[in-house]
Amino acid sequence: MARVVFDHVTKRFGDVVAVDDMSLEVFDQEFLVLLGPSGCGKSTALRMVAGLEDPTEGTITIGDRVVNDVEAKDRDIAMVFQTYALYPHMSVRKNIEFPLRTRKVAPDQRTSLVMEAAESLGLEKLLDRKPAQLSGGQRQRVALARAIVRRPQAFLMDEPLSNLDAKLRVQTRAELIELQRELATTVIYVTHDQVEAMTMGNRIAIMADGLLHQVGPPQAVYEKPANLFVARFIGNPPMQMVAGPVVRIDGQLGVAVEHTVLPLPPEHQAAIERTGVQSVVIGVRPEHLQLGSDGVLPATVSVVESLGHERHVICRLDDEQMVISRQPSDQPAPGEGSMVRLVADPAHLHLYDAETERRIETDGLPPITPRSFPADKARQ
Amino acid sequence: MRASGPAPPKAGKSKARRVIGKVVRYGLLTLLAAVVLFPLYITVVNSLLRPDQIAARPPKFFPFDPQWDAYSRAWDGGHMSRYLVNSVIVTVAITAGQVVTAILAAYAFAFLEFPLKRTLFAVFLATLMVPFEVTIITNLTTARNLGLLNSYAGLAVPFLATGFGAFLLRQAFLQVPSDLQDAAALDGYGHWRFLARVAVPLARPTVAALSVFAFLGAWNQYLWPLLITEDDEYRTVQIGLEQLSRTSIDQLNVTFAGVVIAALPLVILLLVFQKQLVRGLTAGAVKG
Repeated sequence: MARVVFDHVTKRFGDVVAVDDMSLEVFDQEFLVLLGPSGCGKSTALRMVAGLEDPTEGTITIGDRVVNDVEAKDRDIAMVFQTYALYPHMSVRKNIEFPLRTRKVAPDQRTSLVMEAAESLGLEKLLDRKPAQLSGGQRQRVALARAIVRRPQAFLMDEPLSNLDAKLRVQTRAELIELQRELATTVIYVTHDQVEAMTMGNRIAIMADGLLHQVGPPQAVYEKPANLFVARFIGNPPMQMVAGPVVRIDGQLGVAVEHTVLPLPPEHQAAIERTGVQSVVIGVRPEHLQLGSDGVLPATVSVVESLGHERHVICRLDDEQMVISRQPSDQPAPGEGSMVRLVADPAHLHLYDAETERRIETDGLPPITPRSFPADKARQ
Repeated sequence: MRASGPAPPKAGKSKARRVIGKVVRYGLLTLLAAVVLFPLYITVVNSLLRPDQIAARPPKFFPFDPQWDAYSRAWDGGHMSRYLVNSVIVTVAITAGQVVTAILAAYAFAFLEFPLKRTLFAVFLATLMVPFEVTIITNLTTARNLGLLNSYAGLAVPFLATGFGAFLLRQAFLQVPSDLQDAAALDGYGHWRFLARVAVPLARPTVAALSVFAFLGAWNQYLWPLLITEDDEYRTVQIGLEQLSRTSIDQLNVTFAGVVIAALPLVILLLVFQKQLVRGLTAGAVKG
């Protein structure tokens, strides 16, 4: 088992920068999720660890060894692919055995290791079948068995659940977490699905346009998104935002939105005074946005979506901007078309500099950045 | 009222229509099969008739008194045995050569990155547009200069590589997911082992189809073997047939027997590989 370190790693394909100056340490036995939209560079980062792509700049370390010049087969890592990458012409047994065969493991030992891996994933009865005769979930387990059979230092997983249906995905998610704990191994897991990231990772690393935007435990990232991209990307429905210039009325700072001024809690005012920003974006999670009669922001209820356990109330502000509030389903539902006033919980307001799009900290603590998260914090 | 009434007669009508459609389809297919098979059948029948029966009117469609000796006369007197051996040697060499060179070229075009890859592939494809007859004089001169006249090498070497084979197999290799190559690379497979253990086994139907095409093409060659060989020692079965027809003008049954002997290896090949041949022909045409 080993840690994996990206040190100022950049990957260019011609003029396109796929990964831009990425520095990140994945701790030994950690489950780290690389999360981001399509084309953000997360898979390229993973492929560089695997040795399937070479970094243009920077170094990658696995364990104590810089692996830039080490061939993929000698890096002692295993990878699980989105398409499973099972050899269609080989039986399940031969697929699982494949990494051992290429490493010339003795036949006796090979048989026992294959059985062990197959048993741990419940594949004993399927060993003589071909991949085409298996369901998606079974194929996924064969791919996992092939990865664990030779006990590598680290596992790399590239969207391994994307091809499964929703129900199976929930089940396999839990099985993967159990497997990682059982093997006590390092996992780097790439996904674009924030639910997978939030539920599986010890930490998540959020990427966009080749840049690492934030690294931290899922709850910390949810509660304190480092910038507007992360704030919009994490959470479903996403964080609701309004933007406006900072104005001072009667010595109090507020944000001018449409025809009204949103007052700010004292700690937010202090943060704005401290940083001297002129224009801000105020964000609030839908669960912290209430509908009332004495709020400051008038809106019209447009659509009410009931999900059974909760309700999404979609409102339109005067300028047609859409704002979503999340309510428990036991509260009375507002009528569609009714006028409401939105109230945000001041303790859960998020403040961003509209120009730099960075978070303005209101508790005096520095923002969470990739390099400011030591190992002991990640464990919490 | 209107909805409940007409349903059962409609179902019966559509069933009848389906049956009629099926009968028409099978009838047409049977007719087409008869059109294709009739010349083969009449060749076999004629090889078993006496020469005067072949010329008889109305023609005979069944050999009630089969004359098997036509086959032994074609085999021994017409030197069909020698021609067959030559054809087998040349055809096997050409087929093996085409398959091997096509696999290697197709692998390079499908899996490797190198400068001018697209241009080179276009040049490969362009060779498909040039009929062999256009290059035949140049090839003949080259073969003569290299001292390849009257040799197996002269018969086989010009056909050891084709753009068609490389194109066909490249398409098959492109169907192999790139993840498989990545997975194999992680497990220590280089290009050669990936080619032999993964890419070729996965493209097996196409390789088989290409083999059959190459075999058919090589076996049926006429013009090139005629030009490059001068004596019986190296002549192939198609030239042999032509000679047989000239030397047995009054014994048409022997010529027909020679034709049957020459066609037999192809028929056997087609029967053995027909599944792969069809799969190879429809590869890429059907999603799945």
